[in-house]
Formats: sequence, C-alpha cells, structure tokens
Amino acid sequence: MSLELTEVVKSFKDDLVLDGVTLTVDKGQTLVLFGPSGAGKTVLLRLVAGVIEPDAGRILIDGKDMRGVEPEYRGVGMAFQNFALFPHMSAMENIASPLTARQLGASAIRSGVDALARLLKIDHVLTHYPRELSNGQKQRTALARALAGQPELLLLDDPLRNVDAKLRFEMRLELPRLLKSQNATVVYVTQDYKEAMALGDRIAVMNHQGIQQYGTPEDIYMRPAHSDIARLFGDPVINLLDVVPERSANDVMIRLSGQPLTIGEHYAHTVSMPCVLGVRPEAVQFADEGTPGSFPVKVEAETPLNEKTVTLMLTAGNREIMMSRPAGTPGPATGTAHITVDLHNAVLFDHGTGTLIESSNSKTGLHGEVA
Amino acid sequence: MSPVERVLRGLAITLVILFFMFPILWILLMSFQTNETILRVPPSMVFEPTLINYRSLITGKLQTAAGSLEIQFMRNLWNSLLLSTSSVAVGLLLGVPAAYAFARLKFRGSEDIAFTLLSFRFAPPLLVLLPLTIYFQQIGLANTYIGLIWVYQLIVLPLILWIVRGYFEDIPADVEYAYRIAGHSWFATFRKIALPLAKPGIAAAGLLAFIFAWNNFIFALVLASADKQPVTVGALAFVTASGIQYGQIAAGIVLSIAPTFALAIYAQRYLVEGLSLGAVKG
Repeated sequence: MSLELTEVVKSFKDDLVLDGVTLTVDKGQTLVLFGPSGAGKTVLLRLVAGVIEPDAGRILIDGKDMRGVEPEYRGVGMAFQNFALFPHMSAMENIASPLTARQLGASAIRSGVDALARLLKIDHVLTHYPRELSNGQKQRTALARALAGQPELLLLDDPLRNVDAKLRFEMRLELPRLLKSQNATVVYVTQDYKEAMALGDRIAVMNHQGIQQYGTPEDIYMRPAHSDIARLFGDPVINLLDVVPERSANDVMIRLSGQPLTIGEHYAHTVSMPCVLGVRPEAVQFADEGTPGSFPVKVEAETPLNEKTVTLMLTAGNREIMMSRPAGTPGPATGTAHITVDLHNAVLFDHGTGTLIESSNSKTGLHGEVA
Repeated sequence: MSPVERVLRGLAITLVILFFMFPILWILLMSFQTNETILRVPPSMVFEPTLINYRSLITGKLQTAAGSLEIQFMRNLWNSLLLSTSSVAVGLLLGVPAAYAFARLKFRGSEDIAFTLLSFRFAPPLLVLLPLTIYFQQIGLANTYIGLIWVYQLIVLPLILWIVRGYFEDIPADVEYAYRIAGHSWFATFRKIALPLAKPGIAAAGLLAFIFAWNNFIFALVLASADKQPVTVGALAFVTASGIQYGQIAAGIVLSIAPTFALAIYAQRYLVEGLSLGAVKG
C-alpha cells in the first residue's frame, strides 16, 4: 500500500503541530520519521491511523482519500511507543485482537498468533498478562499485535524507545528482516539516528512543524540540508567550524587554524560570506609534523566509544575539534599533535541560517586540496 | 517499626475500631432484648436473648405497652430494596455511557452539561420537593415506584457520572486507539476495553449510589404514601403513642443495614481486584 500526504495541517487548540506536511511512501518501502520530541512525528502517525483528523490537507492510502474513514477500516497496523497493551487480556488475546475483529475461527486465530509468537520469541509467555511481562516482552507483544492482521501499512511509533539498550541493539538487527518479511509499507518513528539509518529506505527529518529534509539515509548523512540535521546524525557529532572563504591567487580557499585549503572555483559565491564548515570526526586524522595541509592542535581528552576512540582537541585559536578513529590505532594521548582534515565529504553551511550551501556545480563538492 | 511502636499502633487501631463498632454492636445486642431489659439501669451486657423483636417485625405486629399495632416493616424493606436496586440499575444504564461520552468526546457544552448534573446536588432536596410534588400529582407520578425511581436519579446519576467519568479518563487513550486500529468498532471498544478497565470504578460508584439511595429519607417521605415508603421512612412507625420501641428499632436497623452490608462485602472484591489490576498503563 502506498501512502501519500498532501499539505496536512494539524493543530491542538492554539498549538500548531504540523504545518503543511507533504510526503509520499511507495509500496513496500520503509520511511523513517526522524526528529526531536515535539516535532509532530507521533501526531503524523495518528493522523494516518485515523485516530485523529487533520485540520486541512489530504491523506491517501493506496490512492483512496481517508477523510472520515474510521480507524478500523483503514487496514493499518500500529505499535505504540508505550505499548498500549490491553491490561486485562493475556498476551495471546492482545496479539489476537486484529484477528478476532475479522471473526476468524479459533484455530485460525491460534495458528496465526503462534506463528508470530515464535517469530518474536514470546511463545512461552502467551498466557501471561501484560503486568507479568518484562519490557522487552511487552514490546514484542505490541509488535506482534501490530503485525497480526498482516496490515499492508504498518505504523511503528518508536517501538524501541522504552526497552533496554541490549534489546534495542538486538531488535535493530532483527527488525529490518522482520519488516521485509511482512512485505508491508512501513512508517517508523524514531529519535535514534542509528535506527533511522539502519531501517529507513527513506528518512524524513522532522522539525519545526514540518519536514526539514527528505532523502535516503546516505543523502541525509552526507549532505544534510541544515547544520541542525548534521548535528543529529552521527556520533560523535559533526565538527562545525566557523570559516570565511576567501579568494586566493587562482582559487577559493578557507583557512583552518591558519592552514589554507582550497575548496574550488564552484564555491566562488561564498567568498567573504561567514560560513560553517561541517567535518565528520572520521575525516580528521593524525599526521606527522610537516605533512602538507597539517596543522598543530593540543590534545585535551580521549575516550573510547564502542569500537572507536574519540579525541577532543583544541586548535591554535582555542576552537574544539573532535576526531574519531578505530580503537587501537596509535596516537599521542596528550600534548601537541598534528592533524589533517579531509574535506572531500565535508559540507558548508550558511553561518546565519544554517542551511546547506550548494556548490555551483552540483557534481563536485569541496576540493579540500592544500593551497 | 520497633516492637513498642507496633504495640502502640495495634492499641490505637483497636481503640478506633471499638469506638466506631461499638454502636453497631450495641444495636445488635439490643435487637435481641425486650424493651424492659434495654431500659434497665445500669445497662448490662448480660441478658436472656429473645427473638420477639424480629418476630414482631416479620409478622407485622408491633408489641407496645398499650397492645399490638400493625406495621409494614417487611413491606418497607422490600420497597427500599426495589427502589434502591432499580434506581442504581437505571443510574448505571444511563450514567456509565454518559460518563464515557463526557470522558472521551469533547463536544460543545460538555463541561456545562456535566456540571449542571452535578449541581443537582447543590440544592437542598426540600427546595425541589415542593414543585416536584405538584408536577408529580399533575402527571400522575406521585406515589408510584416509577416516579420515585425517577426522583432518585437526582441522587444516583450525578454520583455515578462523576466517579465513573474519572475512571474512564484514567484509561490511556492509546489503549482504546490500539483496539480501534486492530479493527474493532467504537462500540466494541467501549464494551471490551473501556467497560472492563473501569469496572472497579463502576463497582464503587454503584455501591455508593446504592447506599445513598437506600439512606434517602426526604424524597420518599414527601412523594410516597405508606405502601411505597422505604424502610427509612417506615422506621417512623416505631415511635408510638405509648413509647419508643427500642428493641424493635434495633432489630429493624439490623435488618435494614444487612443488604447494604452484604453488598459492600460483595463489591469489595471488585474494588480490591481493581486496585491490584491497577497498572492500566500496561
């Protein structure tokens, strides 16, 4: 089932939550709605599910206008962030609820529930009531309930939010396979960029009552439309360094800690404009003194992060810069060091508005050659 | 808790229970005594139990110093049972769906209507009784069970509505949404999700409403004649020209609190079950 939203507006009393959201999800695709809390992600899901109605705009499921269509007739499955299990029903009855609605026979219901329970590894707790389930089991029960009706449109509202880190990690690995096996169109809400990157065919970054950027996970990671988005994706966060491009003899260049680096003639429109350079910590590397393009920094602190080592350093102008390198690779722990910055995957933002500055030649990014 | 503290606490609780239970115990003892043994000075806990009070209540013959008097105590008891049960049944039938509507649907004027219903309780009953009596006589509802059950809704309905509404509001909307999305109609959701989850609240409201209806005096006193009067009004008959029949009053009290007492014990199970189910948050 495809999903199409056009200019959807929703407010609660005086509080405008969604201001003209337009969005398309193709059949079988997984769209991740990513954004901070209060961005309207959950509201968007509820509008699609039909438990609330938009003030304006259209919601089409499989090309059919959903205005006035009650939730039970929309053919969607939904898992809630707080699980919303029925406390007076066993896990079995919870999962079976979409099947009882269709008045299937007892044996058909039983086999449907059993198959899902085995898949989600909760077959041993089917007789338990929600209050007797662990958080992880609740989450799986809620997921099973959403899947039980074999909906062609599946809405998942941050289903991993309230489970512990270990389970979240496991589910992040399992979910893509599970979702693909269901052959459903999925709208998945999350605040975790790793989940977004792992699950999404497309990601819609929501902020300020609307969609700030829509694209593939790679698009959003490599070419974030706004410095805020760049900060949300990636751990450790991207380095944002104030620069002012200037014209050199035969090129456009920026200075990082005094070290000039050319960025290419196709950035000529940025000359003398205050800009912010976004550099992923992975693009920062230690170098021997005297390496072309290198500049000295003071190593402040180092900390392990998963399989990476993250180093916080100060440039000559006392600006912080962060480096991330595979754990175990050598580097000076303290004192002065020299680093190079690879600008090939770096991005330039407008200092005032924070929006991405495109190169005048869409094919090439920043050059990043030593001037 | 230290041993001393535990002993003191036990003592305090015993004192409180004694204080509150003693009148009821005394009434129970009185109901098995004749007027003479009750009124002797000094009073004593030692007496020869007799069933004469209960016998005269059940046979409808009130024994006084001046001779035997006809009373309708059993009839009154039956009226109380009929009026209270029917009123609570009607109240639940009307009040529970209304409470759900007030809790879940935000329609124009909903707060005003809910408040108006509550405001019925603000006015002293006597204030509405005079006009009610005139209306009821004109439309032929005076001295009928239906008329009384109708008036009893003034007591029962606001109580049920406001208590049950609170319980419905405590059910997370997501739980109901989840059932709708699973493919069930709003009515099925009301029946299978909202009603079972609000059951402790409905039990509590029903019990309270029953007690309020049972204890009502003034509506029935004014609007009903002897054959429709509940036990609260009927008890007036114990005050006779030749004295107050304490033994029979005591027996009457014991009989008339028995139904509410039994109901309270029965409903308690649901109340406690509701509290332990507690985690509606799932």
